[in-house]
Amino acid sequence: MAQPVALKDPSRERILYRRRFLVASALMVAMLGVIVGRYFFLQIVKHETYKTQSDRNRIQLQPIAPKRGLIFDRNGVLLAENIPSYSLVLIKERVPDLDETLSELAALIAVDEDDIRKFKKRLRHRRPYQAVPLKFRLTEEEIARLAVNRYRLPGVDVDAQLVRNYPHGELLAHALGYVGRINEREMDEIDAVNYSATNHIGKLGVEHFYEQVLHGTVGYQNVETNARGRVLRVLERNPPEPGADLYLNIDVNLQRVAHRVLGDERGAIVAIDPADGGVLAMVSTPSYDTNLFVNGISTTDYNRLRESRDLPLFNRTLQGQYPPGSTLKPIFGLGALHYGVVTRRTTVPDPGWYSLANDERVYRDWKSGGHGYRIDMHQAVVESCDVYFYDLAFNMGIDRIHEFGQRFGLGELTGIDSDNERSGLLPSRDWKRSVKGSHWFPGETLNVGIGQGFMLTTPMQLAVSTAVLANRGERKVPRIVRAINGEPLPTPLKPRVELADESDWDFMLQTMEDVVHSAKGTARNISSKLDYRIAGKTGTAQVIGIVSHEDYDPTQVAKRQRDHALFVGFAPADNPRIALAVIVENGEAGGRVAAPIARKVFDAYLRPDTIKHIEPIKLEKMRMTRPSNGEEV
Amino acid sequence: MSNSDFIRQLPRDHHERDANGTLLQRLRIDLPLLLLLLIVTGAGLVVLFSASDSSSAMLARQGRYLLIGYFLMFAVAQVNIERLKRLAPFAYAGGVLMLLGVMFFGSGAKGAQRWLDLGGFRFQPSEVMKLVVPMTLAWYYAVRPLPPRFKYVAIGLVILMVPSLLIARQPDLGTAIIIGSSGIFVLFLAGIGWHIIAIGFGLIAAAAYPIWVYLLHDYQRGRILTMLNPELDKLGAGWNIIQSQTAIGSGGIEGKGWLLGTQSHLDFLPESHTDFIVAVLAEEFGLRGVLMLLLLYVLLIMRGAWIGITAKHSFGRLLAGSITLTFFVYVFVNMGMVSGLLPVVGVPLPLVSQGGTSMVTLLVGFGMLMSIRADERFIHQ
Repeated sequence: MAQPVALKDPSRERILYRRRFLVASALMVAMLGVIVGRYFFLQIVKHETYKTQSDRNRIQLQPIAPKRGLIFDRNGVLLAENIPSYSLVLIKERVPDLDETLSELAALIAVDEDDIRKFKKRLRHRRPYQAVPLKFRLTEEEIARLAVNRYRLPGVDVDAQLVRNYPHGELLAHALGYVGRINEREMDEIDAVNYSATNHIGKLGVEHFYEQVLHGTVGYQNVETNARGRVLRVLERNPPEPGADLYLNIDVNLQRVAHRVLGDERGAIVAIDPADGGVLAMVSTPSYDTNLFVNGISTTDYNRLRESRDLPLFNRTLQGQYPPGSTLKPIFGLGALHYGVVTRRTTVPDPGWYSLANDERVYRDWKSGGHGYRIDMHQAVVESCDVYFYDLAFNMGIDRIHEFGQRFGLGELTGIDSDNERSGLLPSRDWKRSVKGSHWFPGETLNVGIGQGFMLTTPMQLAVSTAVLANRGERKVPRIVRAINGEPLPTPLKPRVELADESDWDFMLQTMEDVVHSAKGTARNISSKLDYRIAGKTGTAQVIGIVSHEDYDPTQVAKRQRDHALFVGFAPADNPRIALAVIVENGEAGGRVAAPIARKVFDAYLRPDTIKHIEPIKLEKMRMTRPSNGEEV
Repeated sequence: MSNSDFIRQLPRDHHERDANGTLLQRLRIDLPLLLLLLIVTGAGLVVLFSASDSSSAMLARQGRYLLIGYFLMFAVAQVNIERLKRLAPFAYAGGVLMLLGVMFFGSGAKGAQRWLDLGGFRFQPSEVMKLVVPMTLAWYYAVRPLPPRFKYVAIGLVILMVPSLLIARQPDLGTAIIIGSSGIFVLFLAGIGWHIIAIGFGLIAAAAYPIWVYLLHDYQRGRILTMLNPELDKLGAGWNIIQSQTAIGSGGIEGKGWLLGTQSHLDFLPESHTDFIVAVLAEEFGLRGVLMLLLLYVLLIMRGAWIGITAKHSFGRLLAGSITLTFFVYVFVNMGMVSGLLPVVGVPLPLVSQGGTSMVTLLVGFGMLMSIRADERFIHQ
């Protein structure tokens, strides 16, 4: 190696080195000063700030969800409970690669596209470090698989929480409603503090109507957590106040009988205790399993329910608006007596048809040939004579029909403690003018007189008005809930229906009894082997389809254009304990189809021991055995 | 007789002279350095025990690294300084070759290639270069009259830049900074002209923008931006800085007590046992603990400075100065980045952070200081 020519000067180099090191030392002292200054600043000047921040890191105020109130039937049978459910949750900040983790999870347990899509939607509305659920209701095996693989899945956790469960599933769907996960719209409306730990909210029915009572009050705890949010120590606890338990008027056994007896048919049954307006049963078929909705129903399940032609999601008891047909004849009869339009002895000839002057139209009786030439009100109700009620309605006029119908709550909400109730329609001149934009024609009054035309009622309204009859004018607002936390709820009253001659009540109730118990009554077929007395009225209503879907299947078209079968009634006739309304869509005949169903429900409530086996109705089979001598249409 | 000839004569009667000294002198051990190192590494184990959540396994592993480090330190101290000097160019050539090897055949983690697999044995060439680069430069200038002529400054810069750039490309900014500064210290102490230093600073300032745009990786740019404003990305890159500042600040003067730091024990503080360990110290032992550690570091640096200043020949002087100043860079960069003064680059807290490679390199460096000291002592006598 070539050596440099110039000679080194050791002492000069030593001095140079010392000078340079002195400069470096000065720099080091300055930089050290900066470091010391920085730590002084952080640890002394800003100590309080960082101490607070460190405590805030460590200690978290966590809300604790209150336990949702339970729901029982009138006999203490549990209808809605809270069961522990395990969900798979992810904390996004802790997950290194979200897509990779999701695909790894999909390999471990069943996570489908739908889960992931909904998870990503939830991911958009969350606080940092909040655990977001991916899949609910994990099975034991899934929990075990996740536990084994958890070490390689950071940010993935299994979360346990109490979730609503409906042990009776579809049996009480339309009465109870259900809870579901809080959506964005609800998020804006609820009390953010009280719901800070709550994931579910009542969406429908009792669960929705009594949400405030059922929810309870949120609690808090101060906890020490690590950065992963795992609770290490509870420092202070302020327990939540659980929601109140609800006791319903509904008798789950009666509900089950009513549900079974309707079988696969579309229909509704409402049973009310006339004494207090308590709803003993409210059934709308077909129904659906409310448990599907609790943690978000899958798109396939939801589409299946939504697109079904039988409208299982539709609550027929409160939302189904049907022409009541002949079931309103007792009420209109009482109205005519009250206004003095007729007396009990007034008779009308029935040749099988009726017509008005200046009106070419012929209004037919369901019985061709008519019921006879001297039909009085008793016979007209017992045999359901249409011509008598055409004449009665014509003489009474739409104004008085409207006024009297209102007293029984027709055409207005019953005020039941549930939601989405519809008011039906009790037509009037004002209504016709404002909605239809034309004046009232006398012929339209005739159709209203037999519960057709514009007239619409819900099964709940029919049951309530029947209870008013059974109570001889006392009106009570129907109630699904009987007591909150054992504390009975008061029964709201409405003004009593007063009659000019109060003895007309006895006359009409006796007449309704004869509908079932006399030889010519339209519901005489249900009186066999009956050791108590039923008062009732059959009805058969021409279809004004409630089905909005287009229907192209010709056999189905025919079927769905058949008349609705109705029955209203109460029992025992001398001391009414149950009033009910039955409707079977396209059931064809009230007496033949709806009345036997009512009998089963009466039996189940009044003679529970006689009920052994419930045979569902089968309309097709009944058509085969149709009597040839004609029946009410 | 040229200077180098004079030095070459030294080893001849080296051993017989040594035999006359004290036991420590005969073992070529510098007692002040050894005592300070034992205190710092001992204190480091105490902090590490807390930072690793009382993990005795991690303590045992760090203990093994320390044993290896101290053993190599003693071994290096035995090597005559002249032999180290002659070894330097060969080590340099080998090191650059290995860095090229890393570039083409290396393995790595998190997008950085730093490791070389030598038959099941993983090896980080950049770590060795932390000592080899200043040794080589010291070797280069030891035989040239100082201050160096411009030509030698230029060659020295090339010697420095080749490994630094190779390492910066891996990318390992922390190690590149350490190696770059260790080389620059040799040049500075060798007495390069102030005008060259001024030009150098000017060039760096001018190159800052192209470096920012072309040389830095996205994550490195992100770290610098995050350092300037940690609130930008509170839950991402800013998290580390916010949490470490919170740990330091919440410690106050007295600290929360050993094993009682909530930030580290509740997992809020990331990397608490490696690069961010000073935050654990600050949280649990407060400003007092930080100042105590700084005092120990300052004493180590003063001892190193003394060894350099009293060294009689250029190689030892330049090497000792560079090792000492580089040690300060470790301290400054690490404590600066953890407290939010500097961007986060991978520089450990010297002699305290968990990790074998940096510990061994640092102790070997101190072994060289001891070797320089031992040979100076001989010259004095």
